Amino acid sequence: MESKKEISRRDKITPLTVDPAVRARALKNKKKLHVRRKLIEWGLFTGYLTPSLLGVILFFFLPLLMLLKTSFQKSSTNTELVGTLNYERVLTNEAFKDASFNTLTFALLAVPLAVLLALLLAMLLNTGLPGKSAFRSILLNPMMVPVASVVLIWQVFFSYNGVVNGWTASLLGWSKIDWLKSDYAQIVILLMFLWKNLGYNMVLFLAALNNIPTEILESAMMDGAGAFKRFFSIKLYYLSPTIFFVAIMSLVNSFKIFREVYLLTGDYPYDSLYMLQHFMNNAFTKLDYSKLSAGAIIMTVVMGAIVGGLFFAESKLDSNIEE
Amino acid sequence: MDNELRKQRKKQATLARRNVYTETPEVVSFFSSMTDAQKEAFFKKEKARAVKKLRARKIKKNVLITIGLIIAGCSAILALVPIFFTFLNSFMCSAEIQDNYGVVFQSLSGHATNGATYMAKTPLLKLVPQKVTIEQYKSLLFMSPTYLFKFWNSIVLVLPIVAGQMVIACLAAYSFARFRRKRREALFFSYIILMLMPFQVTLVPNYIISEKLGILNTIWAIILPGIFSTFAVFLLTKYMRQIPSAYIEAAKLDGATEWQIFTRIAIPLCKSAIFALAILLFIDYWNMVEQPLILLSSQDKQPLSVFLSQINESEIGIAFAASALYMIPPLLIFLRGEEYLVEGISRTGVK
Repeated sequence: MESKKEISRRDKITPLTVDPAVRARALKNKKKLHVRRKLIEWGLFTGYLTPSLLGVILFFFLPLLMLLKTSFQKSSTNTELVGTLNYERVLTNEAFKDASFNTLTFALLAVPLAVLLALLLAMLLNTGLPGKSAFRSILLNPMMVPVASVVLIWQVFFSYNGVVNGWTASLLGWSKIDWLKSDYAQIVILLMFLWKNLGYNMVLFLAALNNIPTEILESAMMDGAGAFKRFFSIKLYYLSPTIFFVAIMSLVNSFKIFREVYLLTGDYPYDSLYMLQHFMNNAFTKLDYSKLSAGAIIMTVVMGAIVGGLFFAESKLDSNIEE
Repeated sequence: MDNELRKQRKKQATLARRNVYTETPEVVSFFSSMTDAQKEAFFKKEKARAVKKLRARKIKKNVLITIGLIIAGCSAILALVPIFFTFLNSFMCSAEIQDNYGVVFQSLSGHATNGATYMAKTPLLKLVPQKVTIEQYKSLLFMSPTYLFKFWNSIVLVLPIVAGQMVIACLAAYSFARFRRKRREALFFSYIILMLMPFQVTLVPNYIISEKLGILNTIWAIILPGIFSTFAVFLLTKYMRQIPSAYIEAAKLDGATEWQIFTRIAIPLCKSAIFALAILLFIDYWNMVEQPLILLSSQDKQPLSVFLSQINESEIGIAFAASALYMIPPLLIFLRGEEYLVEGISRTGVK
């Protein structure tokens, strides 16, 4: 009864009549203001970006465009267009195939290992070991060691007459091998990569582990979840953004290790160490620019695909978490 | 009224209490069925069991901690050995180094093709020098002035890059963090790909561009591309996106302009990240070898890193001292800014 009464009362209220012309004007004004505000915002933040964008265009985008152009030319001086000939030349090149295979296998080996070992180390330090912060800063130390010293040390340890060979010969009775010119070469470089980057990755994981809400872990423990269950159902969930970040940083660093390899072994290293950067460097010294640019473009596209895939996966997982 | 209510409640409470007492059934408990002797024996047994369990748990925990400590200690030693190795060996005289490591350098991969011999002798890893001398440092600093010269070259190259990249990256990262639209995200994505690009990819065009700008063979050919590198933008954006929007809204309500929000809120909140990033960038550029090798053709402009990577082979006598001196600036920066570094790194990867 009452509700009916109310409704009827509500009906009696005369609706506010607005002149349609005035209404339209007001709406237009509002829209104008909105657009203006948006434009101002856009201009402001583009302004912040401008210095960086200009430099990036000049020193990174423009070079890539130039590469794209020369990759379709006969050579950098002869501007005759040859279609996809350069790409065919590069893709059928044995050296390029080997180099991309080596680079890929190294990345596929190094990135997961770096992520996994760093995570294990971080979890180890997070179990309440005494002196956690001391270990943390000690493990960060290798990052500071300059390339030249690293190269010197690795030479002392892993060359034919090096220290490691001395140890294996006297302790295990193995015959000596030149580590950097054997099938273990990639493992030696992998060791160097891990040695350099584990600390950084570990610090990232330590922070992420500390950020997991303890209430959730405790309640899971009360409900009888074991350590493994807790790790795979809870911790991994919270760690996933960090895992992606660490993977990307490790990928960056796995390309950077070329510097050490180059200084250790020169232009033409053992087969399994011949990386894409070697290929490009050698093409550069041989002045074969069209080959170089075709190779570079292919590498760019592949890298874009890999990073795109990583980001797509991350955003998928992100939306899962937010749900 | 108030008094009445209180009375009523009191009555209710007493009634309730009475009910509870009267209605509680007599319970024949586990303990009341036992005699005193039995009780004592039971308690004793339980106590012993609890103590045993606790002790076992403690032992297990201790063992686990020792194992953990051993693993962590081993990795710590592995991490530190090269640094100590370099510093300690830098105090050997060159004859001793020649003795210890001469063999190593005769069999280097680069030399082996030139008819160098593989020797049966194996070097010993020596950490402690027989006689501590500063001979290496002396010959490095006084005999060859090029070393100090190159040191200065390195500093002149690295400091502008780090400072410039920080300023530009702060601005750009703020823009990427605050203004999130579809096209901006696409641009950010391309920044990430550029960050991943090895130097060799853009080698030739970079060479051509710096030739066109007339900066080839000057330090600007390295500084300018370095300043605009996108690594810092990526990391700082990741960090700035974590600034709670409530802070920014509060500042807006208080009438702060956008520039004030940037300088008074975003930058101070990112202080640790900026320090960490500066350290990372410093180390990265302090170590660059390829860029100066290709873009700086004249020897006297090249930084120490290039010089050092060549010294290894020819003069191992002073190589260790050179490396040690070279390591000092990054190490000092690391020790000084370690807190910031750890904090700054920590927060970039966390959502």
